[in-house]
Formats: sequence, structure tokens, C-alpha cells
Amino acid sequence: MLKIENLHATVDGREVLKGLTLEINSGEVHAIMGPNGSGKSTLSYVLAGRDGYDVTEGKITFMGHDIGEMAPEERAALGIFLAFQYPVEIPGVTTTTFLKTAVNALRKAHGAAEISPVDFLKLQKEKTAQLGMDADFLKRGVNVGFSGGEKKRNEVLQLAMLQPKLAILDETDSGLDIDALKVVAAGVNALRAEDRSFLIITHYQRLLNYIKPDVVHVLAKGKIQRTGGPELALELEENGYADFTGEAA
Amino acid sequence: MPVTNETREAVAQLDRKYEAGFITDIEMERAPKGVDEDIIRLISAKKGEPAWMLESRLKAFRHWQTMPEPAWAKVKFAPLDYQDAYYYAAPKNIDRPKSLDEVDPKLLETYQKLGIPLREQEMLAGVAVDAVFDSVSVVTTFREKLHEAGVIFCSISEAIRDYPEMIKKYMGSVVPYTDNKHACLNAAVFTDGTFVYIPEGVRCPMELSTYFRINEAKTGQFERTLIVAEKGSYVSYLEGCTAPMRDENQLHAAVVELIAMDDAEIKYSTVQNWYPGDENGKGGIYNFVTKRGICKGKRAKISWTQVETGSAITWKYPSCILLGDDSVGEFYSVAITNNYQQADTGTKMIHIGKNTRSRIVSKGISAGKSDNTYRGLVRIAAKAENARNYTQCDSLLIGHNCGAHTVPYIENRNPGATLEHEATTSKVSEDQLFYCRSRGIPDEEALTLIVNGFCREVLQHLPMEFAVEAQKLVAISLEGSVG
Repeated sequence: MLKIENLHATVDGREVLKGLTLEINSGEVHAIMGPNGSGKSTLSYVLAGRDGYDVTEGKITFMGHDIGEMAPEERAALGIFLAFQYPVEIPGVTTTTFLKTAVNALRKAHGAAEISPVDFLKLQKEKTAQLGMDADFLKRGVNVGFSGGEKKRNEVLQLAMLQPKLAILDETDSGLDIDALKVVAAGVNALRAEDRSFLIITHYQRLLNYIKPDVVHVLAKGKIQRTGGPELALELEENGYADFTGEAA
Repeated sequence: MPVTNETREAVAQLDRKYEAGFITDIEMERAPKGVDEDIIRLISAKKGEPAWMLESRLKAFRHWQTMPEPAWAKVKFAPLDYQDAYYYAAPKNIDRPKSLDEVDPKLLETYQKLGIPLREQEMLAGVAVDAVFDSVSVVTTFREKLHEAGVIFCSISEAIRDYPEMIKKYMGSVVPYTDNKHACLNAAVFTDGTFVYIPEGVRCPMELSTYFRINEAKTGQFERTLIVAEKGSYVSYLEGCTAPMRDENQLHAAVVELIAMDDAEIKYSTVQNWYPGDENGKGGIYNFVTKRGICKGKRAKISWTQVETGSAITWKYPSCILLGDDSVGEFYSVAITNNYQQADTGTKMIHIGKNTRSRIVSKGISAGKSDNTYRGLVRIAAKAENARNYTQCDSLLIGHNCGAHTVPYIENRNPGATLEHEATTSKVSEDQLFYCRSRGIPDEEALTLIVNGFCREVLQHLPMEFAVEAQKLVAISLEGSVG
């Protein structure tokens, strides 16, 4: 599904990713763990196509397409979704409007007709209820005045509404208390499917107690340093990242 | 309100060019170029006006010749050549149609291109439309229904003929001809406009709407609107404006006067998309408009809502004189400028009565190389006990070459007044655009979504059908400002 080969990428001209290689198959859940500054968030932005994050070498293939030069909306149309570490506020645009606009933009990209208002509201109601979210939240401006937990839940709600093929979760656990973490993890687990993969980017092992990964990678100094099973996450929790950064823990 | 699917669809289908930029091929009758006393006599004679009206026009014209151009606005343009424009133009073969069936089909087609099919509006929306095509009001619908309610809704020319006492009493009572040079020119050469009278205790049974359109080349449009709301009455009035593409700059100098008696309420909404000029700043309308309302009675209320997206230069300050005790004035504004457009707009809230309240919410959006200024005055007279004003001015910048300015004037002569002023300036952030695009929303659609969100507080004060149109206009006027 996703194949990253020898990826080099720069942010504002500074090389952050230095030869990253990674492959995710359909239905798999991969976790990328690493210390601060290792290039975790850069990887998520490069995959989503953010301006200013430039691929200088290597190749990213998604569903058979070379996506390196694609606009963010084209990647979204192919099925890539990024749950933001810091979700953005859009004042005056209600969450419902935002969701509906996004759902219809994707449908349009696929040549489908717009969703009927009735179907949309039904879908939205169902997904909101699954995440234990208050309906009032849909009438508020996107992320405006939301608590940290609400913002993350809103990311998972969008994930549930847009049904992507690859969901990248960038530090979704940061800023969440244990209850919110459980709700968010349950929401993600409910979306696990044969034809949907996840790339979970996290600093801590904590989230992986609730979302069990198939594969764990350690990212440091812009490269994958080691790959293993879920037990690797526990090892990192125990020993820290010192082995990979060359610094004392 | 949210951006609807229909809006998105409609926007997607729109040509990148100015949509209303077509010219109707109808034979026009027009006076020679320029303005002098003979031209004014001709206008007055063409309209079959009584002698007192001609006298009033001539008095204004003589005063106009002595007046300087207003200079306070932050706008730049070459001096106007008043003698290089036509002051009277009327479609030739129209002789006061009694119903839509008598209207030249080409005219109706023009309105359809503008998206205001009169027939449909008449049947479906229940909006009575007084359409001003260049200078003569060509069609008035729903007269009868309004007549039953005692509401007068007619062209100003008819009102001069049929209701001379009211016109003598009220016209020029809120905006005197001496007010400013543009208003003075209007008083001398106005060719048509609308008169609305709502009798005591009547709630106008429908939204009243007028579409203004400048068609003929080098024709100034000088319409005049007068609305009188008697005690305890209510009226909502909608005004929309468009003009075809022209290379030269055309002058539009309108005057609007509103009068609200005890407990009366007037809601006046404008969506203005006069031709803004091309992307190099060539052509476009000079929109120099004087709009003012007076809350004469106690507990009267006047509410202005405007969406200004067009015109090369917009110069207008819809204002409220709060004379009656406990009266209320409101001003909700969205002004969007792109390319080389200039807007200097705002309001004046003049508090004279006790316990008067005013609220100002202004949203300015600048893109391209445009300049957008909010200019507003809040004046509290010495006797205006317990007056209150709340002002909020938000500016949104798109790109790096545009300007946003906020110029609030406050004159307070009563220490018991409460005045609040909030102002913000922000940029459409890369974060917001990326967030939307990562959800599959293309960049221009994302910008429209963000800007509509920014304007929401104002747009929701517009009547439903106008709100949809206004959202479309937001999209059209911002085309080409991202990417």
C-alpha cells in the first residue's frame, strides 16, 4: 500500500529525513517511535504533502502512484489522512460544515455525487455517538475553544467520516489524559480493517497499550534504525532512545 | 450559515471572469454628455416632474458647483471629469409596463443572467422587486399585495408625481443636498430610485428588493432611495447591484435615506458587486454612496447589513442618527477587496437620545494589491445619557501585498456612556489551508471556506436568499488570490 524508499527530505532547506525506507501493507498497523527531533512529524507532513517539506531524493509510492509531487488534496483523494498533532482552528466554520465540505470534496474527486443531507446527518450522528461526543460540538467552529482531548477526538471523528486507506496519527496521544486516550484508541480500533492501514507516530509506548501495532520502527537521525514487533516498544520504554541517538539516557 | 452544496456547485460552474459582465442590446435614449442646468431641465422634463422638483434640483446643482471633493478617504484616483459622462439614459421602448408580460424579454433575460429571474422570484420567493435598469424603473411586482397592506413601494419618479407631500417632507431631510459633493450631485441629477412607505403598525408582508444595474457606457447611476417607516411598523429591504465590464470608470453616486418613527424597525441589506475593474486595475465602478438613517422615534431601530465585493473604489458609510430615546442602530459589514480595488467604508453612529445603543461589526478582507479601510465614527452627544456602543473591526489579509487599515473616531461628550472597541488583524494561515487541503478540500475552496467563516457573523444577518448569493460572491471575488 505504502512504500517509502531511501527518502531524503528537507524542511526550509535543512535535511531532516536522511534515507528513510519503510513499507506498509494493507491492513497493517505500524508504529514509529523516536526521540524529539528525529524527524517523526516531518515524515507525517512529507507524506501529507505540506508546502515547504520537499523530497530531495528517494520515492514515495502509495497505491501504485508516485505521490512525491502531488498536492495535499490529491493525496487525500487517494486515501491518505493525517491526524494532526496540533489540530488547526478555523473560526466561524462549524465542524459540521467542515466535515460535509470534506466528505463532498472527496466524493467529487472520485466522480461521485454529493452526499444527501439526510445521509450525511445520519453518518455524522452515528460516528459522533461512537466517539462519545456531544452533538453541540458539531455546531462550534472547527477546533475553536476545544480542549486538547476534544481536538484529538475531532481528528478521530474526521478519520471515521472520511474513511481513508492510510491513516497517519501524529502524536495523537500527546496532551490526552488516560480516559481520553482510551476513547481515542477505541475509536481508532473500531476503524481497523483489512483494507485500511495505520501509521502511528508516538514518543511514548503508552498509546500502544491500547492500539496494538503489528510492526514497530525506531526513527532516529532521519532514518529507521530498527524494526521489530510490539515487544520493541516495551524495550524502548525500558531503555529509552539512548542506544539510537548515541547520547546517554 | 454554512456554505451550501448548491453554492459550491454554482461557484464551480462560474467562469473565472466577472459573471455579470455582459451588455444588453436594447435601444437606449440618452441625453447629451455632461451636466449643466439644461441637462437637469431635460431630466426633469423627461420625468414629467412638477416645478418644485426642478427647482430643488437646480438649487442642488448650483451648490454642487461650489463644493470641494471629499478628501478624507484613503483612496487614490484621478480627478473625476463630470462633463465626460451621461446623466440620463433610458431604455427606449419601455412605456411603464403594467406587468412582467409587457417587459422587453431582453431585459428579463438580463436579469436571468444575473441570477434574479423575476418570474421565479415573483412566484416562488415572494419578493417584490423594483428593478432599476439604468435610470428608469422598468418593472414593479407585487404592487397589489403591498397595496392591500397599505404599503407604498414604487419608483421615486412615481412618488414625486403621486405622493408629492411626502417627498417634499422627507426627501433630503436625512441627507441634505449640502451634505457632501457626491450626495449633492445626486440631488441635482438623480434619475430614479425607490420610495417605500410603511404605515403605522404594519409589518411589511414581504421582503422588498431592488436590483440596480448600470448598463449604458459612461452612464452615471444616481439613484435615490427613501424609506419611511411609521410608528410600530417593520420593513426589510434588500438591494443588489451589478454592472457590466467597461474599460472606463463609471460613477455611481447614490443617496439612501431611512426614517424610522416610534417603535419602527428598518432592516436594510446590500449586496454590492459592481464591476471591480480588471486584474490590472483598469476600469471599474466608483461607488460613492451616502446612506443614512434616522431613528426619529422612541425605541426605533435601523440595521444596515452590507456585503461589498465589487467596485474599483467603494466610499460609503451607512450611518444612524439615534435621535429617539432607547433607539438602536446596527451596522454589519463585509468588505472584500482584491487586485487593485480600494474600499474606504464604515459607519457613523450619532447618539443623541437617552439610552441609545449601537453595534458595529466590520469584517474587512484584503487580497491582491488592494487596500481596505474601516472608517467609523461614534459620537455621543452631551444629552445622550447612558448611551452604549460596541464596535468590532476584524481584518483578514490574504497574501503579502495588500493593506488593511482601521480608523475609528470616537467623540464622547457624556461621561456616562459605555464604549467598547475591539479590533483584530489576522492572516489566512498556511496551517489553516493545509489542514483543509489534507482533508481533500482544494485550495481555492479552502480559502472560500475560511473567509466565509471569518464573515459568518455578518452574513447571518442577511436574509436567506441573499446569504447564499453573498457566499458565492466571496468565492468569486477571491479567485486567483491563492496558489
